[in-house]
Amino acid sequence: MVGGDNSTVSTSMTMSEAINHAIGEAMERDPQLTLLGQDIGAYGGTFGVYRGLFDRFGPQRVIDGPLCESGTIGFGIGIAVSGVRCIAEIEFFDFVGVAMDQIFNQAAKLHYFTGGKLTVPLTIRTPIVSRMGMGPQHSQSLEAWFMHIPGIKVVIPSQADDALGLMRTALTDPNPILFVENVRLYGRRGPVDVDADPIPFGSARVVREGTDATVVALSGMVHEAVVAADRLAERGISVEVIDPRTIVPLDMDTILTSLAKTMRLAVAHDAHKSGGFGAELAARCMEQGFDLLDAPVERVAALDVPIPCGPVLDEVYPNADRVVEAVERLMGLTR
Amino acid sequence: MTTLPVPVDEAQPGPRPTDLDADALLGLYRDMARVRALEDQVVDAFNAQLIPGSTHPCIGVEAIKAGALSTLRPDDLVLATYRGHGECLLKGISAEAIMAELMCRTTGVNKGKGGSMHLSDPSVGLVSTNAIVAGHIPMAGGVAKACQIRGTDQVVLCFFGDGAACEGEFFETLNMAQIWRVPLVLICENNGVAISVPTALSQATPDIADRARGFGMPADVVDGNDPIAVRAAVGAAVARARAGEGPSLVECKTVRWERHSAFSAGGGDPGEQRLAWQRVDPLPRFRAALTAWDVGDAATLDEIDAAARDEALAARTAAEKAPHPAPESIHEDVFAPTAP
Repeated sequence: MVGGDNSTVSTSMTMSEAINHAIGEAMERDPQLTLLGQDIGAYGGTFGVYRGLFDRFGPQRVIDGPLCESGTIGFGIGIAVSGVRCIAEIEFFDFVGVAMDQIFNQAAKLHYFTGGKLTVPLTIRTPIVSRMGMGPQHSQSLEAWFMHIPGIKVVIPSQADDALGLMRTALTDPNPILFVENVRLYGRRGPVDVDADPIPFGSARVVREGTDATVVALSGMVHEAVVAADRLAERGISVEVIDPRTIVPLDMDTILTSLAKTMRLAVAHDAHKSGGFGAELAARCMEQGFDLLDAPVERVAALDVPIPCGPVLDEVYPNADRVVEAVERLMGLTR
Repeated sequence: MTTLPVPVDEAQPGPRPTDLDADALLGLYRDMARVRALEDQVVDAFNAQLIPGSTHPCIGVEAIKAGALSTLRPDDLVLATYRGHGECLLKGISAEAIMAELMCRTTGVNKGKGGSMHLSDPSVGLVSTNAIVAGHIPMAGGVAKACQIRGTDQVVLCFFGDGAACEGEFFETLNMAQIWRVPLVLICENNGVAISVPTALSQATPDIADRARGFGMPADVVDGNDPIAVRAAVGAAVARARAGEGPSLVECKTVRWERHSAFSAGGGDPGEQRLAWQRVDPLPRFRAALTAWDVGDAATLDEIDAAARDEALAARTAAEKAPHPAPESIHEDVFAPTAP
């Protein structure tokens, strides 16, 4: 198990192993760092991200608790404000609603309303479980909710090395952090330099350079955008793909620099279209880069319907085809 | 078992507590008088439009605050509600820093941006007051869990009302605190009403303590207007928690001040509720008990009252002179600074 042993320097990890590695090394470094959640003990987490941590660190630090998201996050906040760093897990992103008051009224606001007297070094891990046929209550991407609330940082990596570097940063940050993972990416393997520096928040990655259109994509849609860019390249259309990696803080500089080159923007995410990250990014680009836009911003997102079970869900989610269509519209090739 | 507060004119002082000397008994009275004087001044300042928003005085529940806090060591920890100025004062936040915070001045304990419902000074063990009913209860459980993680023998007190005892987070915390045997003492101020809805319409059972017992947690019900009774029950709970025996709940029956908050507009004339709390006012009742026990003469007790009023007035006067935060300060403390 690559992620379970800090002495192993690897050049290839799955995203799951990378997250496990970052947490394991932080627990070695900080003997108080505590994990809270459900099914995180010997079971290793619903999707196996914590595999091996229970054996390494024991039940006092990898704490299986009762099934109550609000209580779990609330206890996590209490632990964190006491100066003990904590990672609390929400098993599916969809369940975050049960804990919402603790996240947006407590964790996000305590530092502010105490005039800085309390800090909340709490990282909340949660996976997007989209496209797996689990239906409307187990499939959502809710990251935009948290952009709306000042005081919580939102991290959303799309590949293993980013997940490692961003988790390392999360585990030294004194603020509440929502760390949004993606079940479909957990097993995706990629090159990882375990000696690399942590990745600072608010630094986007230009996944692929291009000159005709910019696609800003989140999580799983980063990979769909790359597939789309490959197809468009065959037709002589050069697409730049950007992964913001954190949406709070958001690296607008990299996005606006790209727009200055391409003059065209599409935003791609698994979340619903209305009120999503794409809406916010489109608004910011109009505010900060109106003169850079040669075409209306395209949003490539899940349709505004609950996510159905079964094969029809493919109709709801965006994919590489829809990114291609969006870029075609941006280029004036279709309407 | 219900233990409603005894009316002042019917109260029979029991035997003088053997574990408290005269200084300790006068100390309890002084604590209650300081809270009363501060809150009287707060209501006056609110009516003078010096306090924005709203404010929720501890008037009438001073015996709970004083009795419970008197059982703590300085390094023990407290979380409370928006009706928590008393806990803040008795845990060691100065009257001036409280009053300035309520008036949203820079000299407030939280720089004047938290206001009446969001007071915090972890340096004296007052972790936080909170404006979301029951929102702080799981947090208190987590603070207690952290004491366990760090291997200290600190104890955490968490105050809340009967309204909070209807919230899911209360039940979640009962369960989690009991599973993990954290050093937590839950103190329910059951004042019989949640804004306007009486407990008869909102509580399935007369005693909230039964809910803790349902989770296997020790629980007591006491007359919340008797500081000696509160102190005895909370003291026993604190001792259990400190000994590693886990959490407890103490339900303190009391009667609310005339309104939910100084701002509250509904419910018509608050006169009836004023008569109700004054009939069981813990201050004259405890004063009568002290007199019966021959602890402190009238002059001594008057002197304590006067000193408390002086403290509150001085706090208000100083707060009024302090500036409001500068406009640019709104951007401060959204996030804690990260290491360079």
